[in-house]
Amino acid sequence: MEFKDIFFYLIALYILGTALMAVNTRKIFRASIWLLFSLIGVAALYFWLNLEFLAAVQVAVYVGGIVVLIIFSIFLTQKSGNQMAKTETTQTVFSALASLLGLAFLSLVLFQHSFGSDQNQELNASIENIGAQMLNPGEGGFLLPFEAVSMLLLAALVGSIVIAMKVKNKENA
Amino acid sequence: MTPVGLPHILFLSSCLFFIGMYGFFTRRNLITILMSLELMLNSVNINFVAFNKYLYPQNLSGIFFTIFIITIAAAEAAVAIAIIINLFRSSNSIDVIDAKEMKH
Amino acid sequence: MTNSTFILLIVGLPFLSFLLLILSSGSKLTQKVAGQIATLLMAVTFFFAAKLSLNYFASHLTQQTAELLVNYTWLEFGSGLAINMGVLLDSSSSMMLLVVTFISLMVHIFSLGYMHHEERIANYFAFLGLFTFSMLGLILSSNIFQIYIFWELVGVSSFLLIGFYYHKSSAVAAAKKAFIVTRFADLGFLIGILILGYYGESFDFTTLISRLGDVNSPQYKQITMAGFAGIQALSWGLILVFIGGAGKSAMFPLHIWLPDAMEGPTPVSALIHAATMVVAGVFLVARLFPIFTVATAAPLQIITYIGAFSALFAALIACTQTDIKRVLAYSTMSQIGFMMFSLGVIGDNGAGYNASLFHLFTHAFFKSLLFLGAGSIIHYVHSNEMEDMGGLRKKMPLTHISFLIACLAISGIPPFAGFFSKEAILHAAYTSNKMVFFVGIITSFLTAFYMFRLYFTIFWSIPEYPKTNEHGEGTWSMKLPLMVLTLASILVGFIPFSKYVNSNGIPVEGHLEIVFSIGPVLLSIAGILLAAYWFKTANTKPQRLAISMGNAFVWVRNKFYIDQLYLYITKEIVFKYFGKTAAYIDKNLIDGFYLSLAHFTGYFSFFIRGIQSGNVQHYALYFFGGILGLVSLLFYLLSY
Repeated sequence: MEFKDIFFYLIALYILGTALMAVNTRKIFRASIWLLFSLIGVAALYFWLNLEFLAAVQVAVYVGGIVVLIIFSIFLTQKSGNQMAKTETTQTVFSALASLLGLAFLSLVLFQHSFGSDQNQELNASIENIGAQMLNPGEGGFLLPFEAVSMLLLAALVGSIVIAMKVKNKENA
Repeated sequence: MTPVGLPHILFLSSCLFFIGMYGFFTRRNLITILMSLELMLNSVNINFVAFNKYLYPQNLSGIFFTIFIITIAAAEAAVAIAIIINLFRSSNSIDVIDAKEMKH
Repeated sequence: MTNSTFILLIVGLPFLSFLLLILSSGSKLTQKVAGQIATLLMAVTFFFAAKLSLNYFASHLTQQTAELLVNYTWLEFGSGLAINMGVLLDSSSSMMLLVVTFISLMVHIFSLGYMHHEERIANYFAFLGLFTFSMLGLILSSNIFQIYIFWELVGVSSFLLIGFYYHKSSAVAAAKKAFIVTRFADLGFLIGILILGYYGESFDFTTLISRLGDVNSPQYKQITMAGFAGIQALSWGLILVFIGGAGKSAMFPLHIWLPDAMEGPTPVSALIHAATMVVAGVFLVARLFPIFTVATAAPLQIITYIGAFSALFAALIACTQTDIKRVLAYSTMSQIGFMMFSLGVIGDNGAGYNASLFHLFTHAFFKSLLFLGAGSIIHYVHSNEMEDMGGLRKKMPLTHISFLIACLAISGIPPFAGFFSKEAILHAAYTSNKMVFFVGIITSFLTAFYMFRLYFTIFWSIPEYPKTNEHGEGTWSMKLPLMVLTLASILVGFIPFSKYVNSNGIPVEGHLEIVFSIGPVLLSIAGILLAAYWFKTANTKPQRLAISMGNAFVWVRNKFYIDQLYLYITKEIVFKYFGKTAAYIDKNLIDGFYLSLAHFTGYFSFFIRGIQSGNVQHYALYFFGGILGLVSLLFYLLSY
């Protein structure tokens, strides 16, 4: 067993453990913090895969953006320290059963299937490469999806403002 | 023990996916459901990255998909939270069980 | 205009009146002018009907053949057997056409005055229109199935009109009784139709008569070969058809509905339960008369004896009743009994048939006159009971005269209408069946007696009716029909009826046997005198006699307890044993089965209702379960 493999197992354990805590804790603020840890773990996994740029994006967007957004919404809607409502036992049992069943099925398929691997070539995920490809309008370029996503972001921005905006004079309207 | 390869990472991502799913099924608070959703999205991202790295290292499609998914996840979270806040404003609760009517 | 256009108008206008009034009965305006509209339409109908009928008689002086004016195949069963819708015009239907439209018009006019204060006057006139339409359809039917359809329609309109005062429970009960009893009889009629239609291979009157009325035809041989319970199929068919007729015509023992039917408005009783619908049975037997004559004697003998018995039976009861309309109802039943036995005895050269239809014709006029007179009296006195009346002759002079003439006519006093037809019937009976003849003259004596009992109690009895009514005898619309009908009751007897209407289409010269008539007329006069002796002034003679007769009187007064017998049979036997068993089976076996189905569905639905919880997460769980199932199925299929 190589040193690198031990790292992988540690990262995996960390991701899964924090994720489990995130879905199981009864306090919503703690759940968001556990989620934050889990997402950092995923960033660590990207580092482990030598994908530094992706790891940076993960930390910046997920950790710095989404989780903060979630924490804000928690502050807006929840009283801190309150325990969340407990789910019915039957629902919990059935959900766990369904998840385990799905996992078992997927692992069965996973370990029965043999993936061929192309070890000859190394993935070139340098920032230059990513940037060049992303803004490349030609063959193998991702300019169009990039533009589409930017439109989507704009739309989401406007949409969320419209949705969350307080309607003034609701009674008069 | 075989060295860590694609199957290990895929197993990790499926575990993460089903943890997210479990949370999605059991949580009653809409914000925590959103969190579970983020977990599931992350597991998908891991899949994309792993496949790209181990099976198709000659191009970067998986990376790009991951980046786009992260972007969309951010947008989705923003919209979802806007909806949640709106819902909270109208029914004073963000429990899925209370959110039975689209209009108040 | 051709004859078929006439027919269309004659049948269509009353129906139009019905549709128009029933559909707009909600509007206030309609309620106001309903009577006028209906009467106008009826007058036009009468005009055309009279024209058509007189045309027919004028153009068929020497030979009254049947004319098929309209014929349209309605339902085809194959092999030549089809139900047609058509119009058959012959002497008897022409005569009925005249009677029905005339009486209907008179009743419409009378109702204008009599019913004007009613709330649902538009419905009333609508029902009258429906009745007139159905009755005209009945008499013009070209085949036995069509007559059955209109027969039922007539029953429905009779039901509607008897139950017109539906807020009175007695009227509702009477309507139901009339409908159920006649419907029960119609079951026999329907089976009879099927037997005759099956063997005769046709439903048309003309075809049926030419086949089954001919001893040499193959159909006749077949129907007389077949039989059930020792009686020929032909006899069965005819007897069953007669049962239907007996139900409508209130022959014993199916008469129980007629007296109760008097719960309806009085003009309705005049139209339906005196002049037109109740003689439908006579008309039906007359229609099939040629078949009756060639069949074995049994059906006609049954008709004769039931007719004679009903005549006497009803006359006896009529002597004891105190409700003026019930007396008239029993008298109607008695007179129809006359018509029936007259048909049954045949007589020389179809004399019985001629006399029967003649009596039907004259009876329609004087009996509707009696009923309208009774309506006028009831309108004045506000009571049906004879004891509330008396001394009315000065208060209601016109009603008095018309009632007297009608009484004389029904009693068979010359020269009024009833005399001619009744003498013809008695003479026909005398030449064929002496026993029936004696029943006939006894009944005729009783008729005179009870009619004049009615007359004297109403108009004499006490010197002067104590109260004066501000509305007097009634409006012109109530007086006019009385006058017209009085005139008719005097005159129609002089029509040489058998020249126009007869059994085989060959005119018969009517003859009056003066010597024969002396006896019955003297008996009738004796009846009148007896009634005058007892009832002309208020005294206790009738009561003393009634008491001295003891139980016999009580029996007659309670109508021989026939109603109670029916009640006993239905309540104690039919309901208790058959009804309860059927109810048990229905409730526990049939309902039980369906209820358990429902319960099962209910339980199952309750069980699966939990799935539709409205909880998004549950749906997501099911969704994921479904995906998992589908994917594993896919893998399972792909791996093999």
